[in-house]
Amino acid sequence: MINIIDFKMGNLRSVEKAFLHLGFEARISQDPADIGSASHLVLPGDGAFGRSMEHIAAMGFEQPVRGWIAAGMPFLGICVGFQLLFERSDEMGEHRGLGIVPGNVQKFPPGRKIPHMGWNQVDWKRESPLVEGIGDGAWFYFVHSYFAKPSREQDVLGVTDYGMEVAAVVGDDAKKAYAVQFHPEKSQAAGLKLLENFANM
Amino acid sequence: MLAKRIIPCLDIDKGRVVKGVQFVNLIDAGDPVEQARYYEEQKADELVFLDITASHEKRETVLELARRVSDEVFIPFTIGGGIRTVDDVRLMLKSGADKVSINTAAINDPTVVTTSAQRFGSQCIVVAIDAKRRADFDPARGALGNWEVYTHGGRNPTGLDAVKWAIRIQQLGAGEILLTSMDRDGSKEGFDLELTAAVSENLEIPVIASGGVGNLEHLYDGLVKGKADAVLAASIFHFREYSVTEAKNFLAKKGVCVRK
Repeated sequence: MINIIDFKMGNLRSVEKAFLHLGFEARISQDPADIGSASHLVLPGDGAFGRSMEHIAAMGFEQPVRGWIAAGMPFLGICVGFQLLFERSDEMGEHRGLGIVPGNVQKFPPGRKIPHMGWNQVDWKRESPLVEGIGDGAWFYFVHSYFAKPSREQDVLGVTDYGMEVAAVVGDDAKKAYAVQFHPEKSQAAGLKLLENFANM
Repeated sequence: MLAKRIIPCLDIDKGRVVKGVQFVNLIDAGDPVEQARYYEEQKADELVFLDITASHEKRETVLELARRVSDEVFIPFTIGGGIRTVDDVRLMLKSGADKVSINTAAINDPTVVTTSAQRFGSQCIVVAIDAKRRADFDPARGALGNWEVYTHGGRNPTGLDAVKWAIRIQQLGAGEILLTSMDRDGSKEGFDLELTAAVSENLEIPVIASGGVGNLEHLYDGLVKGKADAVLAASIFHFREYSVTEAKNFLAKKGVCVRK
């Protein structure tokens, strides 16, 4: 059972529908207790970083998510769920993140349209079971005004070009812990393939 | 590099797709989910559904449309038409829409934009601007003072300057502007490129150009001369004059970055 954490930020229906479409069992849940019976954990979400962290803490998700990732169980963060893994964000004041991936989240510098909205190509920095069968230059749908700067190169699995190199996927294959800045559930075939690879871990 | 987006627009009335020429003379053109799938296969980048006759009693029909589309289509889609309150926005997003487009309500009560953006994120709030050239249009005047914002399908002037209003909308927290030239809508003469460039150059958020597409060259002009981030078209795609695939091949040949 793929457990999609609903911390009351954003549209999760599409994430659930994508997994169901691929033939997997998935559920949206606001109850941290449900994590115990899950095989996979997904942390999606849209909206502001600070408020997202507040909701996660207040709803009792912070420790279960940390424990899950530490135990090496399959984890996928999407969009804000990607950014929350970092140590801190400058979005509307400085906010603490989960601190699982070293690095921070900051606003795009001027000289480009913000948000970075639409389809962009992702190139892979290394092979990973998450992106098996998805070639270099695959298109994914992005929407974000802040971008993550991972401190360690080893964490970066995929990058995109928005007038500067932007981390699009981070991951640790040994721990089966991954996160994507784009929306795989809105990225047609390449996105569905990524979700399928994750669900098969 | 970020691709320029091609967005087919589906006008919806009572759950069916229709296409209005200058917002009248509606011709039935099919089932929304079937149409959405057809465009998804052609690699349309997003879809916009505009409920052109939306009124409160039709809300459930539109929510059902959002649910059906999000169950079966894996590209982003926007729903607009009759979105009046923050609760309308909430319900539409909960039903599966990725974005909502707010038009008249943004003018009547700008807090709908601010509150929705704060609560759900700017990325899902599109504000639609319907603009017309002023009678004393003068290119020498530049971006300001040449276009006026209209509501109700181009019938009601608001007195607002289109470019100033677009800047204000960005400040209110909208994530994107859907800009329609009411002079060109349904004309097949191409976008109002001066209007499109005036708005796009003065904003940090993306601009979707709309109104007037009659051929593929028009799409190119909107993206390159009009500096739009995305182009919206209805009839050239609905009546199979061109496929989205053909449009993208055409643009790619001319050096525009598109997703293929």
